[in-house]
Amino acid sequence: MNEMPNIEQAIKMTDSKISANKVQVYYGDNQAIKDVDIEIQPRSVTAFIGPSGCGKSTFLRTINRMNDTIDICRVEGSIKIDGEDIYDPKVDPVQLRAKVGMVFQKPNPFPKSIYDNIAYGPRIHGLAKNKSELDDIVSSSLQKAGLWEEVKNRLDEPGTGMSGGQQQRLCIARAIAVSPEVILMDEPCSALDPIATAKVEELIDELRENYTIVIVTHSMQQAARVSQRTAFFHLGILVEEGPTQDIFTNPKDKRTQDYITGRFG
Amino acid sequence: MSLFWLVVIVLAISLAGYIVGRARAFSSAAGEISQLHSLPSYYGANVAMKAAVPAFLVLIVWLLAQPFYINSTVSSTIPDTAIQEGSSLGLVMAEVRRAATGLDNAVAAGQMSEEFARNARADFTDITTRLKEAGQIVTSDITQPVMRAAQSYRIMVATGNLYMSIVVVLIAVAGALWGLKETNKDFRARNTVEKGIRVILFSAALIAILTTVGIVLSLVFNTIEFFRLYPATEFFFGLTWSPSFSGRGGSSELGIIPLLWGTFYISIVALVVAVPIGLFAAVYLSEYASSRVRSVAKPLLEILAGIPTIVYGLFALLTVGPLLLSVFGDNGLGIMQAGTAVMTAGLVMGIMLIPFVSSLSDDIINAVPQAMRDGSYGLGATKSETVKQVILPAALPGIVGAILLAASRAIGETMIVVLGAGAAARLSLNPFEAMTTVTAKIVSQLTGDADFASPVALVAFALGMTLFVVTLGLNIVALYIVRKYREQYD
Amino acid sequence: MTDATLPPATSEPSSAKPAQPKSLYAIDELTRKRNAAEKRFQAYGIGAIGIGLFFLVVLAIAIISEGIPAFTKTIVEVEFTLTQEQYDEAEGQLFKTKAYEQIFIGALQGQLEEKGLDVPFDASTIERIVGKPGGDIRSFFKADESQLGQPVSFELAASSRVDGYINGRVTRENMTDSRFLQKTDLDLVDILVEASIIRSVFNWSFITGADSGVDNPGGAGIGASVIGSFFMMLVVLFLSLPIGVAASIYLEEFAPQNKFTDLIEVNISNLAAVPSIVFGILGLAVFIQFMHLPQSAPLVGGLVLTLMTLPTIIISTRASLKAVPPSIRDAALGVGASKMQAIFHHVLPLAMPGILTGTIIGLAQALGETAPLLLIGMVGFVARGYPDGFVSGFLDPNSAMPAQIYTWAARADYAFYEKAWGGIIVLLIFLLTMNILAIILRRRFERRW
Repeated sequence: MNEMPNIEQAIKMTDSKISANKVQVYYGDNQAIKDVDIEIQPRSVTAFIGPSGCGKSTFLRTINRMNDTIDICRVEGSIKIDGEDIYDPKVDPVQLRAKVGMVFQKPNPFPKSIYDNIAYGPRIHGLAKNKSELDDIVSSSLQKAGLWEEVKNRLDEPGTGMSGGQQQRLCIARAIAVSPEVILMDEPCSALDPIATAKVEELIDELRENYTIVIVTHSMQQAARVSQRTAFFHLGILVEEGPTQDIFTNPKDKRTQDYITGRFG
Repeated sequence: MSLFWLVVIVLAISLAGYIVGRARAFSSAAGEISQLHSLPSYYGANVAMKAAVPAFLVLIVWLLAQPFYINSTVSSTIPDTAIQEGSSLGLVMAEVRRAATGLDNAVAAGQMSEEFARNARADFTDITTRLKEAGQIVTSDITQPVMRAAQSYRIMVATGNLYMSIVVVLIAVAGALWGLKETNKDFRARNTVEKGIRVILFSAALIAILTTVGIVLSLVFNTIEFFRLYPATEFFFGLTWSPSFSGRGGSSELGIIPLLWGTFYISIVALVVAVPIGLFAAVYLSEYASSRVRSVAKPLLEILAGIPTIVYGLFALLTVGPLLLSVFGDNGLGIMQAGTAVMTAGLVMGIMLIPFVSSLSDDIINAVPQAMRDGSYGLGATKSETVKQVILPAALPGIVGAILLAASRAIGETMIVVLGAGAAARLSLNPFEAMTTVTAKIVSQLTGDADFASPVALVAFALGMTLFVVTLGLNIVALYIVRKYREQYD
Repeated sequence: MTDATLPPATSEPSSAKPAQPKSLYAIDELTRKRNAAEKRFQAYGIGAIGIGLFFLVVLAIAIISEGIPAFTKTIVEVEFTLTQEQYDEAEGQLFKTKAYEQIFIGALQGQLEEKGLDVPFDASTIERIVGKPGGDIRSFFKADESQLGQPVSFELAASSRVDGYINGRVTRENMTDSRFLQKTDLDLVDILVEASIIRSVFNWSFITGADSGVDNPGGAGIGASVIGSFFMMLVVLFLSLPIGVAASIYLEEFAPQNKFTDLIEVNISNLAAVPSIVFGILGLAVFIQFMHLPQSAPLVGGLVLTLMTLPTIIISTRASLKAVPPSIRDAALGVGASKMQAIFHHVLPLAMPGILTGTIIGLAQALGETAPLLLIGMVGFVARGYPDGFVSGFLDPNSAMPAQIYTWAARADYAFYEKAWGGIIVLLIFLLTMNILAIILRRRFERRW
């Protein structure tokens, strides 16, 4: 009981949503992430950029402990969400992931109906007391994902039958349905065509009002379009982090500059 | 013997052809290998191939056709009067062949002169007694028509074999000569040989089809023969199985229903054991187990699949049966009469099928893309929720296919039911009673003393046909489902 | 995207950051429940594997504990000297073997007295324990009269009931008096064991011998059927390996994409799942009824098993061929090799370890197969002797290990069950060796491209 005041204090103390401190990630003997320190602001979009294999996706996955599913992966240092260390033994990853949702590179709808895809999360987390509440959650999630008008008449059709862009928005709606506070997106547009990409980007921009969004992207243009802050990763190190504007126009580090100007990547 | 030597002779001709062909190629290029179109060994191989392949082909066709031809020729000489009441042409022909073999063996052993064997008349001499005395297997008194048929059968076989040897050797020699004639430095020996090899490879692949054709033909012909002697409707709808080996099976009741019921019941028990255990084991191994546990537990489980079924049969008969009997028998619950029962066989068969179900399901579960799991974990689902609500539904078609394959294995399993299920054909619901299956009856009908041509033996082919059709149907459906399933995630 | 800007008002509270954030450190009730369900589910999985392994252990224990006694036999060893006078006197009598039996009993009594053990017994007790020893003794001395007057040690096989008593299969509690053995006989047996006249020795004849009659379980051996299995495996190896490899090469490298190739492929995968007994029917109808090959011959058994093993070998061979990267083929074709040469000189040698592994596993499967052999008459009781030579090894009636085991299991005398378990140990040793060979081959030559 006497912990509670501390926690509240901690939440008030910091105004960043996520704060990572000296994070190291190992795959067996290989170190994939070195000494990453970052503060992520609430209700904003933070983009992670960097060449492939730089560790940006690995770091993203440590934020909702998706790395737990890989046997040989080990995380050191601390990552705090609202001041609470998510690697604390008291934390249940299942509860954490309800709070920190994730959208993946390739759209991965379950081989179920559109309705069941959205309802899956609320069902397992017990968010709806009855069918009508569940219906509300499904419709509002689809509305927020901008998919409602397209699918409202075919909610019982399989989610796998939609187009790629629709599938990805379905996955975003699926993540929203659990009412997370943070949404992690791992290159959400890399498998989509330009038109679908534009729609998803527009959606991300709208979701910023209510959610803290962290997006890994391969495309610098996308980072520039959707994010307020950008972090540049290179060889497992967080090279530079700051307002997106600054990173793209006035990078402090030589490596960032080289990457931005297309010397490597 | 003669066949063995014939093969040796053809091989020798072909080897000689190889050596000569090679030498000839050399000399045609005046010893300059670079002058030859192909390597010298190809010229040799060309000759050898032309000597051996057609000769062996003819040999095989002859071996298959000759008995067929002789049988039909000889059986046409048997007058209808020689076929007794309740017998059939097939039965008489079996007797003819036995008599012919008896004569052959008697002559070979020096107990009878060739002259006598060719001319003896059954109505004037005591040929039956003489054959019996000579230790030959003769079931009934040989009548004169049978004797005459047997004699002409012998002669036809002997002359047929002689002609066959001559023809085959001639073809081999002709082939070798043809190959040699072609051999000169400009001849494209490699291309010819490769074309030949391609044909050989193709015919090897054809064996798969030939095997299926062989299975179907051997089942169909004998089944038709059976239905000529025993009405098909009584076979398919009869509720009683009581073959009578005496009196040529005249009073037998050969209804398949009790056997199908036994087969079905035992398979169900087996699947009830194997499917949950196998499925849970597969889920645990693919979703939970660390790679170390997996590398130990998986091969250990698969040992169960490598154990021959006879071992399981013995295990059922001598270990599980008595164990069940001590619990459910007269000293226990009193619902089990003997160690051999549906439960015994079903349980042991279930054990056998555990690794079958688990490794098939393991493959299928692993085929579900990791993205599905990530999607579910990313929403905060636990592993078991992911397995139950995402992975298993996604893998369902594949798992259904695996279960169908397991069912087909259970239906076709023989040794466990022969030893563990009992021999009594029974329509009962009590799983602790002895019942029997289609496969067990195929064994008992064909290994008994019954004449091959009698209905009680021929029924085994009708049973085999039923078994083949059922398992084939299950396999085709299962393989189709599994293939479609795999394509979905490829 | 205009719709997305019009979310229903009701959904606002649920998506907005809650006023009182839920602490991650506090596990709520539902999560606790879900974690319990998770634990349960995991326990089911462990349980399933546990059950599977438990069965494996039970099976292993049953096989070993029941089968080991088959490798020992109980003998009665008596040493005595037969003088010329005794010999002449015995030969002069009407029931000669009876006379020798008396001499044997006398010698046995002498040996017992020597050790200070005294128990009365009569000829019929001795006959129940060792059968009628007179005949053996007489023929021994008749064959070699020079042994007369010298001490000779006789090892006589004890009857199967005595053997069972020594092995614990027969106990005083579970036995009933019969003409084979009576409870009172066991007193003598106990004393003879104490005097180490009755003892257990390794039963070589089980490994080298042939099947015995139904009334002589002690003399049954598995040797002849091992030879039968050996000749069958020769047939299977020399037919299925070349045919299987040829068929695989055709299907993998040459077959055009058409309906006929599909038909072959469907056939192969279906044949792999056809019940083995159906192959037995095929063998019976085609090889024996139609082609009149000799019944019960290992040649026919081998042919049937070849057809059965082919799909397995073809499937594994194709996998090995597929595993050889196309770059190898391209390299060979690039230096001007024909397609055939590329395959036979480069692809096939690289795929060979995989092919051999698959073949050994296929052979092991075939070695343990029973049902089809029963239909073509390869049952145990034909395995009464060794074949005379190489050709007759293929053509003379013989049995195979699993069929021999089945024959023993189907006999009424319980003593044969022990032989059946023992036979299983022999069979499993062969299978184990083959599988280990396959594993070594795979480990040794496995290549990762």
